[in-house]
Amino acid sequence: MSAASITTTTRRDAVARHLLSGGTPEKISPSDALPLRNGATAPLDAVPVMDFASFRHWLTALLSAGCRITAFFAVPRGDDGKDDASFFLYAVVADDNAGLLRLARVGVCGAYPSLTRDMPALHLFERVIYEKWGLLPENHPWLKPVRFDNPTGPAAGEMEFYRIAGDEVHEVSVGPIHAGVIECGHFRFQCLGEEVLHLEISLGYHHRGVEVLLTGMARSRLLPLVEAVAGDSTVAHTWACCALLERLSGVLPTSRGQHLRALALELERLACHTGDLGAIAGDVGFLPTSAYCGRLRGDWLNLSAMLCGSRFSRSMIVPGGATFDVDAALARDLVNKTRQTLRDVEGAVRLIWISPSVMSRLTGIGILPSTAAASLGIVGMAARSSGLALDVRHSHALTDLPEPPAMCTKKNGDVGARAALRHTEVQSSAAFCANLLENIPSGAICAPNWRNFTRPLAPEHIAVALVESWRGEVCHVALTDAKGDFAAYAIVDPSFHNWAGLAYALRGQQISDFPLCNKSFNLSYCGHDL
Amino acid sequence: MLEIFLERFRQKSRTAAFPRDLPSLPPRFRGRPFIDTGRCDGVAGRECGFCAAACPLQALLLEDGKPALDMGMCTFCGECARACPKSALVFTTDWRLASTIRKALVVRPAAYQAPERPDAGQTASEGLTSPNSPDNKRRYALPELPLAPVTALDSVFARSFRLRQVTAAGCGACEADLNVLGTLVYDMERFGLDFVASPRHADAIILTGPLPRNIQTALKDCHAAMPAPKVVMAVGACAISGGMFRNISSAAVGSVQGASPHVDVNLFIPGCPPHPWTTLDALLRFIAPHSVSE
Repeated sequence: MSAASITTTTRRDAVARHLLSGGTPEKISPSDALPLRNGATAPLDAVPVMDFASFRHWLTALLSAGCRITAFFAVPRGDDGKDDASFFLYAVVADDNAGLLRLARVGVCGAYPSLTRDMPALHLFERVIYEKWGLLPENHPWLKPVRFDNPTGPAAGEMEFYRIAGDEVHEVSVGPIHAGVIECGHFRFQCLGEEVLHLEISLGYHHRGVEVLLTGMARSRLLPLVEAVAGDSTVAHTWACCALLERLSGVLPTSRGQHLRALALELERLACHTGDLGAIAGDVGFLPTSAYCGRLRGDWLNLSAMLCGSRFSRSMIVPGGATFDVDAALARDLVNKTRQTLRDVEGAVRLIWISPSVMSRLTGIGILPSTAAASLGIVGMAARSSGLALDVRHSHALTDLPEPPAMCTKKNGDVGARAALRHTEVQSSAAFCANLLENIPSGAICAPNWRNFTRPLAPEHIAVALVESWRGEVCHVALTDAKGDFAAYAIVDPSFHNWAGLAYALRGQQISDFPLCNKSFNLSYCGHDL
Repeated sequence: MLEIFLERFRQKSRTAAFPRDLPSLPPRFRGRPFIDTGRCDGVAGRECGFCAAACPLQALLLEDGKPALDMGMCTFCGECARACPKSALVFTTDWRLASTIRKALVVRPAAYQAPERPDAGQTASEGLTSPNSPDNKRRYALPELPLAPVTALDSVFARSFRLRQVTAAGCGACEADLNVLGTLVYDMERFGLDFVASPRHADAIILTGPLPRNIQTALKDCHAAMPAPKVVMAVGACAISGGMFRNISSAAVGSVQGASPHVDVNLFIPGCPPHPWTTLDALLRFIAPHSVSE
């Protein structure tokens, strides 16, 4: 008996080979689409409108050449006044080798031929668009609710789950409330004995309608909301939003402000990676590393609190720069504490690598092969652990930033690889922080005109920003209307791409390995649900 | 094996001696706000309202021209303190914020009193006002907020209190800083406090996050599954009032509020998220008040 495959096998080998070799896209005319640098803006008119056949051809060609879908969303046209059900589908594609984002759109009405069978990375985007706007992706292989945002539709978790028939097959149902201190979501396992044949993940319990709220609310109220999109990635989401607001309001972030943001971003990464290394150890019952890393994660959070008063970097980042400065004494203190905490993390994590009983539980468990990772559009830390060299700090760097920590990748794609990758990134991020604090440029931490963002923004523009959170790329896209308000706002948290990777990695694993696999990805529920 | 033992010594003992030794939070930590009635007298003889205008969430409103800051809605961003031209409004580093009375979370102007000992109390949070301000030396010893222990249930709950954490539509930050209560710095198990997996084993729901439509059933089911006597604790601005999602209503998510319209709340722990010391202090004063009496 074998479980049906979500992913198609066509082209994914080619895509993975391409990503692994770092080649350049071929046979694509970049002039077809609007090229944008990360954090840049352009008039909405500059985004070419394609017919569906060319759009499909363009997207397929880019994705098979190793580019990635970063955002895919629908915006009501409203401009022609002819048809209420008339929309533009926008695609934002990351061309990592060129360091560019490529944008195009297509007008659709009511329904369009699904692109998921050719490009599995689009599967969830198409489902969300259908759920939100009723735009039917015809022939979508897995058209189920995502965020359950229709008050007259099914309640959260009410859907037809994929089931495997057979006398000895049984089903395990977990959630929405889980056993630990964790967000809510529903998991449905199809098992044969201990073996998981298929895991289906149904989320949406945390749906707060963030994207819709952002378009409607007073912009003076916006920052606290963006900080709470995903609480463990506050810096990444706030930075991405501020990058958009800056370009749309004509504010230039200061160099020192950019450096302070980079510092806060790496502190966030250090805390989360350290905490997850401890949690991985905890899930195999290895208490020493679990206990030490639980404490050390807090020590990293305390560095964020020394910087800005909040362990989760709340109120640290505003358009134009940062709100809290680092003087020489604080910088010295932070450098010393960074080195000291890194030393303790090294000691705690080393115990994992020298304990055969732990390593045997991490090795070969929850494998996400690079081919599947590329095909599903997995990003960030999980993609790098499967051998894909994706890191927007390198490929789509924002301006005025120091050289990012060296990119590292691991080959195996198992829990061990994800743990090892986090360990390596802790080392490189800590070195980066210490170096940054010793070489921070002088000047103002924030642009004097930073409050411009509450005034009307550049009208009828589009802006895109990517920031590499500890989990992977955070993407924010904003469209403005003729009055300079947001006409649409799209957020793609790395979890949105990566939940499918967790489901894939659990295929053929023991159900008891689920917590371990889950923790190695540690995806955000609220970032997915928005 | 030897390496594991050696590492144990290198990592040292880290559990804080709370509540005997009180924690010292970073100077920029924004804890309990204080509004000095002597200074809150407007600009040029007129009420200024700069603080209310600066608050992104309308957590600070004017009552007869004077500020009233509701900690149950506040994210402690500090914008109101930055906006105050008289340094009348400060955030102190006092982490003790919890109360069993919802209305007690509203901070109104009060007369400043220097603490009895010059080194007692807390300082004002750094970085919100000019570094040269003479206020940076001021210390604040604020009266405790009312927090009634679960006395009627004392014999049932004392020294063994089990928490079922329910995450409503929170962002994950409150959950993260609840989780650390189990780590060895805070080590709440030594007080008989622990998180449990099943509502059947729980004495309390410790709730985080706002309550849009999709999560309301799960909360009600969990609450119904708990044996009596049971209490509900709301942690963070979202669970107390809806936080930044408060009063936002849309077809997709319904009208978003905090816990109160859905379940009765017995203990309010403000913050965004509350510092782990804020939460531990609240829990101890709630279930074992004798352990924190000074």
